[in-house]
Amino acid sequence: MTICNACRYCEGYCAVFPAMELRKSFTVADLDYLANLCHNCAECYYACQYAPPHEFAVNVPKTLAEIRLQSYKKYAWPKAAAKIFEKQGYTAIILLAGIISVYNFYRFSRPIQSVAGGDFYAVISHRAMVLGFGLAAALVLAAWITALARFWNSGADPPVRGRRPRRLFALTTAISDVLQLRYLSSGGAGCTYPAEHHSQSRRWFHHLTFYGFMLCFGSTCVAAIYDNFLGWKAPYPYFSLPVVLGTIGGAGLLIGPAGLAALKLRRNRAVIDTTQDGMDLTFIALLFASAATGLLLLALRDTPAMSGLLRLHLAVILALFAMLPYGKFVHGIYRTAALIRYALERMRSQPGR
Amino acid sequence: MRSAWPCWSAFWAAVPEDILYDVLVAGGGNAALCAALSANESGARVLVVESAPQEFRGGNSRHTRNMRCMHRAPSDVLTGAYTEEEYFKDLIGVTGGQTDEHLARLAIRSSPEGAAWMRAHGVRFQPALGGTLQLDRTNAFFLGGGKALLNSYYAAAEKRGIRILYNAEVTGLKMDDGTFQSASVLVKGEPVEIRAKTVVLASGGFEANIEWLKEVWGDAAENFVIRGTPYNKGRVLRLLLDNGVESVGDATQCHAVAIDGRAPKFDGGIVTRLDCLPLGIVVNCRGERFYDEGEDLWPRRYAIWGRLVAQQQDQIAWSILDSKVVGRFMPSVFPAVTAETIPALAVQLGLPADAVDATVKRFNASVLPGAFDHNTLDDCRTQGLTPPKSHWAQAIDTPPFLGYPLRPGITFTYLGVRVTEKTKLRMKDGSSSPNMFAAGEIMAGNILGKGYLAGFGMTIGTVFGRIAGREAALAAAG
Repeated sequence: MTICNACRYCEGYCAVFPAMELRKSFTVADLDYLANLCHNCAECYYACQYAPPHEFAVNVPKTLAEIRLQSYKKYAWPKAAAKIFEKQGYTAIILLAGIISVYNFYRFSRPIQSVAGGDFYAVISHRAMVLGFGLAAALVLAAWITALARFWNSGADPPVRGRRPRRLFALTTAISDVLQLRYLSSGGAGCTYPAEHHSQSRRWFHHLTFYGFMLCFGSTCVAAIYDNFLGWKAPYPYFSLPVVLGTIGGAGLLIGPAGLAALKLRRNRAVIDTTQDGMDLTFIALLFASAATGLLLLALRDTPAMSGLLRLHLAVILALFAMLPYGKFVHGIYRTAALIRYALERMRSQPGR
Repeated sequence: MRSAWPCWSAFWAAVPEDILYDVLVAGGGNAALCAALSANESGARVLVVESAPQEFRGGNSRHTRNMRCMHRAPSDVLTGAYTEEEYFKDLIGVTGGQTDEHLARLAIRSSPEGAAWMRAHGVRFQPALGGTLQLDRTNAFFLGGGKALLNSYYAAAEKRGIRILYNAEVTGLKMDDGTFQSASVLVKGEPVEIRAKTVVLASGGFEANIEWLKEVWGDAAENFVIRGTPYNKGRVLRLLLDNGVESVGDATQCHAVAIDGRAPKFDGGIVTRLDCLPLGIVVNCRGERFYDEGEDLWPRRYAIWGRLVAQQQDQIAWSILDSKVVGRFMPSVFPAVTAETIPALAVQLGLPADAVDATVKRFNASVLPGAFDHNTLDDCRTQGLTPPKSHWAQAIDTPPFLGYPLRPGITFTYLGVRVTEKTKLRMKDGSSSPNMFAAGEIMAGNILGKGYLAGFGMTIGTVFGRIAGREAALAAAG
């Protein structure tokens, strides 16, 4: 970082370098902040005159990736859960198996009638569904908020004075950076991922994943309103709002994660921390599986396969939920927070009037 | 779209076969790539031989970050206006008139068109926002710096099927009465004879050739630090000068600045620079000052300090500051040596404590009151001191005290080959070669007889690289 701060050739690439220049020395919290600002696009690696095999061996994307993983563990709540970041694949499988066996135990202890076509609540009661997911959601929210607060409070403002920041403006700037994935576009040329030539592919696959996820989430919310406030019970017709949102979102969640995984396999191994492959791929696999099982369930909901598929789909979703605070998903939380901090700093560092 | 060319060129690179190329380009920096791309676009079959391995390709261009560009109105990458006359005046200012006005004006006038051509070949510029240097009016900054620019050019070259050989050093040029025949090239240690109808020589100066530097500077050259690539050995330059090509520029001159003495021997680049010298005093190994540190604004003076340090015993000096000026200069990659007292600092720096202490006391006693402003020629100066400090003189009295060791850092050499406006080599007998062209640092001495203008090297490389490529392709076709 001292080398970067003395060179500054990369300051036009992304938020990391201007944020770095506001500081003369770096605390551990500063490094956590910079690491979470980094989108790992690797532009600065290919442009670096000090990259290996130069004796200074500067490798910003890889170094920040390593710090980033450490920061995920450090700010995780509860503390003991930090270990989950190292054992993602196992955790996901154990979770899935656990959820399915709990359900089976519950089911065999209370035998039920044969399942009528498309009747979800015959497979699992409405109460059990609300209870299970409500509990999971509450835990996820608590874990996120605590971790986020820890991350936010650890950072200190850089030693610059200037205008008092307009908080709302900073927030909207940062949110718009997030929603557009501004720092993966590299001024329109696309980032150097998976290899040295510029490409927008990662940005588009991430958009498909993110907006696919949001549409699926939206579908669930709409369905919850239908059910609890309007008294319209699932399953809904093919052209109803929840099904349309879920189908489009599900398609995005199939293509996006598959594309990201394909890019991942082709990327330049010099610029990444390969120990994080497990974490990344587990999240990608869970997203893909939730979409795949969801779409299959939709297609086969009037057949005898429905019961099994519903259980599988719900188990995948629950596992995905449970891992939200302890897996790759947290990158979105910390990065958004870092971008908000960056937007605030930028305003503060502009000369006051 | 992913192109199939990169894999093909990698295959070819392993097996150099006997082909008669239209244009052979010696070198792999900015000028070489501009020449290769231009020649290719003029229909020529081009081979580039770069002596560095792929990771270190690009000569000293990999350490650059901007290009000085004439312009009439502000744009997205430049502020204000910078006319031909002002540009030329600046050039006369640094060279003291040692320039070929015709070639200089050609470079200046062609610079805006050059910038447009660069964009068309994938080079991206940074928006003019203020940045770290106050050069936004005169210089356009490359997004990511010179290595990113080179990456764009190499990608463009590979896409167009220009063949590039790395680890390929020109060791001999077969010439017949000023006409190029073939070149002997060591490709990964294997000698290969390469035939081409024309050749563009864009292989830089001799600043990384310590033996050659010693011919000029004596053993002092052993203590020089080379700021850029270790591959600029000047081998092609010497071959040309030994074969009847007319030289240009002073063989005894090189552009040298004072850099951090802890820098690596080669390739330390930008991060080893120190711009704190005018904020304190500079002493030699006897603990004595030897030059006016506040003579003029730093951008106008930094280039003389390499020579000043080179003239000191053991080619080393130390910049001494106090904590009042911390934050007013760019951080160096190496931390300052610090101490609570001047004698303690001297001991840590390996200097005679009494002598340094006496120098600082004498300096402090001679400082006149004034309003300190390191951005202008302020009125803080010394009285009755030899040598004086004319500006920014403040007592060095606030601990902790800081020290940085200084060494001469060689940026480039001035000796080159004389060229025509079509970049054809001029021979000693007054004729010009029909098929040998030169671009970049190897011919920069035509325009830069001495001194330097920030970002002008890239202007020369881009403008004359393009001319050389075009003319070489034309000569090969005709």
